Order: sequence, then C-alpha cells, then structure tokens
Amino acid sequence: MKNLVILGAGTAGTMMANHLVSKLPKTEWKITIVDQYKTHYYQPGFLFLPFDTYTEDQVKKVGKKFIPKGVNYIQKKIEQIFPEENKVELEDETLQYDILIVATGCKIAPQETEGMKGENWHKTVFDFYTFEGSLALRNKLRDWKGGKMVVHFTEMPIKCPVAPLEFVFLADSYFTKKGMRDKVDLTYVTPLGGAFTKPKATAALSHLMKEKNIKVVTDFNIERVDNEKNQIIDYGETAVDFDLLVTVPTNMGDEVIERSGMGDDLNFVPTHHNTLQSLDHENVFVIGDASNIPASKAGSVAHFASETLTDNILLYIDGKPLKEEFDGHANCFIETGNNKALLIDFNYKFEPLEGTFPIAGIGPLKLLKESIFNHWGKLAFRWIYWNMLLKGIPIPMVSRNMSLKGKKIN
Amino acid sequence: MDLNIAGIRLDVTEDGYLTDVSQWTKEIGAEIAKNEGVVMTDRHWEVVSWLQEQVKNDVALSVRGIKNSGVLDIKEFYALFPNGPLKVSTKIAGVPKPKSCI
Repeated sequence: MKNLVILGAGTAGTMMANHLVSKLPKTEWKITIVDQYKTHYYQPGFLFLPFDTYTEDQVKKVGKKFIPKGVNYIQKKIEQIFPEENKVELEDETLQYDILIVATGCKIAPQETEGMKGENWHKTVFDFYTFEGSLALRNKLRDWKGGKMVVHFTEMPIKCPVAPLEFVFLADSYFTKKGMRDKVDLTYVTPLGGAFTKPKATAALSHLMKEKNIKVVTDFNIERVDNEKNQIIDYGETAVDFDLLVTVPTNMGDEVIERSGMGDDLNFVPTHHNTLQSLDHENVFVIGDASNIPASKAGSVAHFASETLTDNILLYIDGKPLKEEFDGHANCFIETGNNKALLIDFNYKFEPLEGTFPIAGIGPLKLLKESIFNHWGKLAFRWIYWNMLLKGIPIPMVSRNMSLKGKKIN
Repeated sequence: MDLNIAGIRLDVTEDGYLTDVSQWTKEIGAEIAKNEGVVMTDRHWEVVSWLQEQVKNDVALSVRGIKNSGVLDIKEFYALFPNGPLKVSTKIAGVPKPKSCI
C-alpha cells in the first residue's frame, strides 16, 4: 500500500482530497489528510461579517463534512516535515508518504509590524482576515459613532489582494445606509503606487475612489503603529491618524514550513509555476496559498490549480512527464458597494480586461465593470463554495486555463 | 508602449517599467535613474543587483524584505531612492514594481 498525504484541510487540501479519492485505486493508495482545526471557514465571508451582511453561522462549518469517505482524516498538529526522509511528524505519530501535498495556506502575522498587535489590537486596531478579527470588528462597528477610519494593508503578497479595496467600498455603503457617512472620514492606505496598479483597471476604476469620497495614501510602507497617538507611521516618517484602523498585516506561510526549512523568507514553498511540483523535492507538490507562485492567493486559483495538480499527480505516479499547464488563472468577484460588484478574470500573463463572461459577447456577467448581476454572483458564490468548489466539481463553462474569448485585449 | 533609451528601443509599461528584464543593461539603468533624478553610486548598483536577483528567485519585493536582506537597512534605502524607494529602484533595475491583481 502506498501513501499520499495532504497537509491542511482548507480550501485547497479539501479539494485535492475530493479529486483524488475517485482517481487513485483504493487497493493501492491510502489517502490521508491532516489538519488540527475542526472548523472550515468560508474566508470570503470575513469581508461581509463586519457589516452584518453574513451571520457567524454562514461562514463556518464542521470541516469533516467536506472530507470524502475513504480518506483518512487526522485532526492533529503537524510538527515537522522531513522531505529527505519522506515523513511527517505529527504531535504523537509519524506518517510516511510516497507523495506529499502541502496545502498549509497562509495567515496574518501582525507581530511582524511594531505595535500592531499591541494594546489596541481588536479594540481600535482590527484585522478582518481571521474569524475573530472580523467578528470583533462587527461588534465595534455596530455602535461606532464615526471618526477617521483607515483601511490599510502592509505589503504584498496578501490573501485576496482586492479585499482591502472591497472593504473600503463596503464601508462607504454601510455608513451611507446607516445615515452617518458624513461622520466618517475614509482613507485607503497602500504600500503600492496606487489604489489600482494595472493599467486597464486603473483606467476603468480610478473614478470610484473620488465618487465615494475615499482618500488614498500611496507608497506607504508601514514601520509601526503608534498606540499612544493612534497613528500608523511609515519608514519615510509619514504619519496617518486614525480612530479606527482596519489593517491587513503581513501574510506568511505556516510556521511548520519554517520549522521544516522548506520555505522562503515569508515561509512560502518554492513551487514550479506551471506544474505545481515543489522545486526541491519531486514527490512534494504544493497548492493554494502555501506556494510562492506569483498568482493571487485566492480560492479560485486553488480551484483551477487543483484540476492541473490532480492530472499531474496521476502522471507522476505513472512515471510520465508532468503537464506544464497551470497559467495562474484567477476569477474573482469584487464588491464595490451599493449592491454592485465587478468580475475579474486573469492569469500570470494577462491583466484583468474588459469584456463578457463566461459566454463571449453575451455574458451574462461583465468583466471589469460594476453591475448588480456581478453582486448576485458574489453572493451566490457562497453556495457554490460549499456545494461545488470544495467537492472538486468543475464550474460549468469556466475552464481551468483562462480563455481570451469575450475579452477586449486592446 | 516603447521607449528609446541609450539608443535602444525598449518595451515598457505605461508608467515606464521595462516589460522584459532581459533587455536591461547598466546603461539603460543609468538612463532611467537620470530621468528619476537619482545619481547612481556603487551602493545604488549593489541594491539594483540584489533586487534583480530576488525577482529571478520569485521572491516578492517589499520594504520589509529590504530590512531582512542583509544588504542595506531601510533608512539607507530611503536615502538612496527618495520618493517611493521601491517604486523608483525597481524601475531602475528593470524589474516589475510590486502590484496587486487590479
């Protein structure tokens, strides 16, 4: 009997378990998935929780529900991977593997910035990338009287790079609906050169910041949070005042990657961009946020990647060359407030373009344009996530590789 | 878009970044630096080489990365490339500046 071990039962790991259980012969392969946590969170929902759009129950379920029968599910802490010895040490047992899939994801590291996780953490300084942070922020916003709200992210790469933008758009909408927009001063602070950084998106969307009266501070590289003065201060000594800071801290891969000596400076595992095989060990594959591929850290990327990776695991088992197929395809709805959203579809090579999706010339979804239909798509996505994506069911008409059909290239 | 620098036609983005790092030469870097108002010293070139090396190894560039680089500290980075050091230094190095999805 051979062993395939998946580390992490989040979005990517769960999808791989579902794909492989029907592909690998049960008489030859034992599939094991390891994750210490019982709860599976719908992470895109953390954007909506602070605004009371979703309830707590809508963003979490028991993870076990999504692990298919026939897969050995172990709820234990992963201590260390020993890739030279093909083994993984858990808190009280050791697993040998023939093939390892690393899907340990990434998480926020507020401790990387001086003063961020200080006395005001979850009091006036919030994250919305964890269930706890998002919930604490909801409770704060419910009776916040207004003031300076600063929405900030520390550095790239972060999980879902558009989430901070969506947050500031939804905040504008939320305070308008509550009749207190005039009491809130909204500022978006980014380490990048602009709120939008790709030429087509910049041209199509820059007006949004002005329309919604959101101030933008660019090229801001945070050095510290000053908890006395309620300021964020950058290395160039620029200071931005806040009454309420909503920040996305540095994102890092799991500590187990660091303990195992398998990651880069941010604990991301060096991975082939197109095959998803790790660069250092041929029987180790990496999927989702854990890898260092220059694609967005997003569930849709993991979804498309899981189809290529499934094929490549089967090819690897047969001793055949791997497909250099994965193109970094991402497909994301972006909330812009007032019950509208954008849809973007892009990959390593092509930036988000205008057009129609998924049917060329028809749509019904419009790319890089605000529409109510796209907003419905975003809300429908929660159902798709729980019922299709995690189970590895392909989304109709949306292929693993990005299609140029229906897109305006020039 | 294309741009003529040091007598060579280069493919650049709308904000003047080389789209193909293999077209980069030190002369081109110097010319871009001049347009950005940066007078290059050996120290500047060291930083430029380090940035190019990072990009080659798929390491995401950030100011925090500079802090851990062992090459220079952030204060010096700001002194060498004022007004958005990462934005300016990547342009001179012929590598993409850090970007988001949109």
